[in-house]
Amino acid sequence: MRKLTTVLVAAMAATLLPAMAVAASDDVISVGFAQVGHESDWRTASTKSCQDVFSTENGYDLSFVDCDNDEAAQKEAVRSFIEQDVDYIIIDPIIATGWDTVLTECEDAGIPVIVIDRTIDDSDKYAAWVGSNFMTEGLAAGEWLKAYADAQGIDELNILTISGSTGSSAQIGRSDGFNEVAEKYGWNLLDEQTGDFTEAGGQEVMENYCKSYEGQFNVVVCQNDNEAFGAMTAMDNAGVTYGPGNDVILISYDACTAGLEDVKAGKISADFECNPLAAPFVEEVIKTIASGEEPEKEVYMVEHWYALPDQIVDFEINGEPQEMTEVTDEVIEAQY
Amino acid sequence: MNNKSVLTRIKNWNLLLPVVSLLLVMAVNIIHDAAIGANPLSFFMITLRQTTGNGTILYGRIIDILNRGSEVAILAIGMTLVVSSSAGTDISVGSVMSLCASFCCMLLAGYGVSSTTTLAVPLIVGILGGIFIGVLCGMFNGTLVAYFHIQPMVATLILFSAARAIGLLLCNDLIVYVRNEAFGFFGGYIGVIPTAFVIAALCIIVTSLFLKKTAMGMYIQSVGINPKASRIAGLNSKRMIFMTYTVCGLFAGIAGIVAASRITSADSNNIGLYFEMDAILSVALGGNSLGGGKFSLAGSIIGAYTIQAITTTLYALGVSSTQAPVFKAIIVILIVAIQAPPLRAFFKRRSAAKQVKGAAV
Repeated sequence: MRKLTTVLVAAMAATLLPAMAVAASDDVISVGFAQVGHESDWRTASTKSCQDVFSTENGYDLSFVDCDNDEAAQKEAVRSFIEQDVDYIIIDPIIATGWDTVLTECEDAGIPVIVIDRTIDDSDKYAAWVGSNFMTEGLAAGEWLKAYADAQGIDELNILTISGSTGSSAQIGRSDGFNEVAEKYGWNLLDEQTGDFTEAGGQEVMENYCKSYEGQFNVVVCQNDNEAFGAMTAMDNAGVTYGPGNDVILISYDACTAGLEDVKAGKISADFECNPLAAPFVEEVIKTIASGEEPEKEVYMVEHWYALPDQIVDFEINGEPQEMTEVTDEVIEAQY
Repeated sequence: MNNKSVLTRIKNWNLLLPVVSLLLVMAVNIIHDAAIGANPLSFFMITLRQTTGNGTILYGRIIDILNRGSEVAILAIGMTLVVSSSAGTDISVGSVMSLCASFCCMLLAGYGVSSTTTLAVPLIVGILGGIFIGVLCGMFNGTLVAYFHIQPMVATLILFSAARAIGLLLCNDLIVYVRNEAFGFFGGYIGVIPTAFVIAALCIIVTSLFLKKTAMGMYIQSVGINPKASRIAGLNSKRMIFMTYTVCGLFAGIAGIVAASRITSADSNNIGLYFEMDAILSVALGGNSLGGGKFSLAGSIIGAYTIQAITTTLYALGVSSTQAPVFKAIIVILIVAIQAPPLRAFFKRRSAAKQVKGAAV
């Protein structure tokens, strides 16, 4: 019994001490971050971005919770942040619904919530949302393809799409954006099958595309880089050449380091970024709130469209001219 | 007379229904291709294809089925033995695959390295390391089931949830890329033949030789039918069950290496995802009872390739991937239903009645 008491006291002290330390210094801003999980390189980059920006050196105290794709655990994590009385809460919601109660609790506690990446559909009790505009990414890929095909004198585009996990916001936005452009210019969309954002998925789908549409396609759109890696292996095995100057124009999204390396190697024709580094934008929002102003409700992150010089062409999205970024060793080095 | 005996032999062949199911699934393609005006046999065409890397490989849908179905076929071997000996299933094989792949890639890349083209340790160390982890997992499951008498599903539920997570830990929560040609061999080609298929064939041959030459197959069945009676007859039932789980883990390890080699990376989150279900389904499609006892290894293997044939067929028919699972389910229901005991009994009765009628006339 005595032993148990000692352990209990020690445990309580261990939990309380950090809390007291935070309370002691007023200028430290405490931030709670309920992350989705760790399922991809993209996610890891997102986590690391937050850990870098909200570091002790920068005057923050970050409580980070990896929710491992468990929506109940995520709401529990947010409630524990309320108990800890943190100054700000960051949520990357695993699912879009069922948030109203928890967000009301945050509001009652007077803690501003900043939503990043994925969206919350059934409540607006958060200060701001920071994320990517997947629709814009899709539109950019489409408009780039139009401009590039015109520059190359290709007038017939037969397109195969390997889409992401069906129903994910990235898949819906990218498909909607790209298909809108395809419809506008009357392109031939041959097929769209899901590769679940994985390399194995991309490989298997492309293997079957190569047989079903032998010699009938000249564009392959992969909705993330991992699918593009798989599609490349499958096309290699089928003797189909891809990349600038070859049979097939290969378009990819995400633009992770490995993806950019393939752009540089002349395999992927163009790669459309999905920026995982939300933390700097979140910090801006926090500063705005701290200064007593109202932040913008929707903050879209700056994203880049990558290609080699020969594939860089001018194009517009809804009348807005776009700038493309040339892939160099420095760019690859700096990418997450 | 001779003719009739061949017919009866085919009728009584225990693999008749699994084989017919597989052929029916593939026959759908003939109808489809004929209907769209293509060469009716285009699904079955196998050609030699020049790859971009200047190699030559066998190319065609049938090759895809043999290639892509191999992981499940390898898993199905172990699953058949486990089902037979313990009347239960090992639901951890998919997760164990992922763990073995992760451990292998972690060894090859070095801990904490997320992308490499050169190997940190000799290839064979990584491969054997991965397979060894599979064997360990199998021994763990086997111990729980055989010696602690925990129900197989509960016992293997532990690694079902834990193994994948351990794999992620080993890989530092990252996808570890081992972009090395030598490592890619196991998911590539030996000459013109897919390596994965060769590995699956080797596993099948070695296992069936072992089962036949050592009477082990009979022992396993006997333990599955009645463990107590087998023990009294002098068989060490516990050790037999332990052994089948260990073998199942071994094959999960091999399948994991093949899956990782295909994508030259350890994608811990996705390798082997839901494969345990496909492996169990293979056993069922092969006409085996999940209640243990008598088993047919060949049936399970045919079952595994039937599952892949369905997937490839759905791709060939251009069924949208959102609807594909529904069609898959319908086909599986049909195959399982025609093999169900009441239906089988019904057909037997009918043919017997016919024979009686024929004899009377």
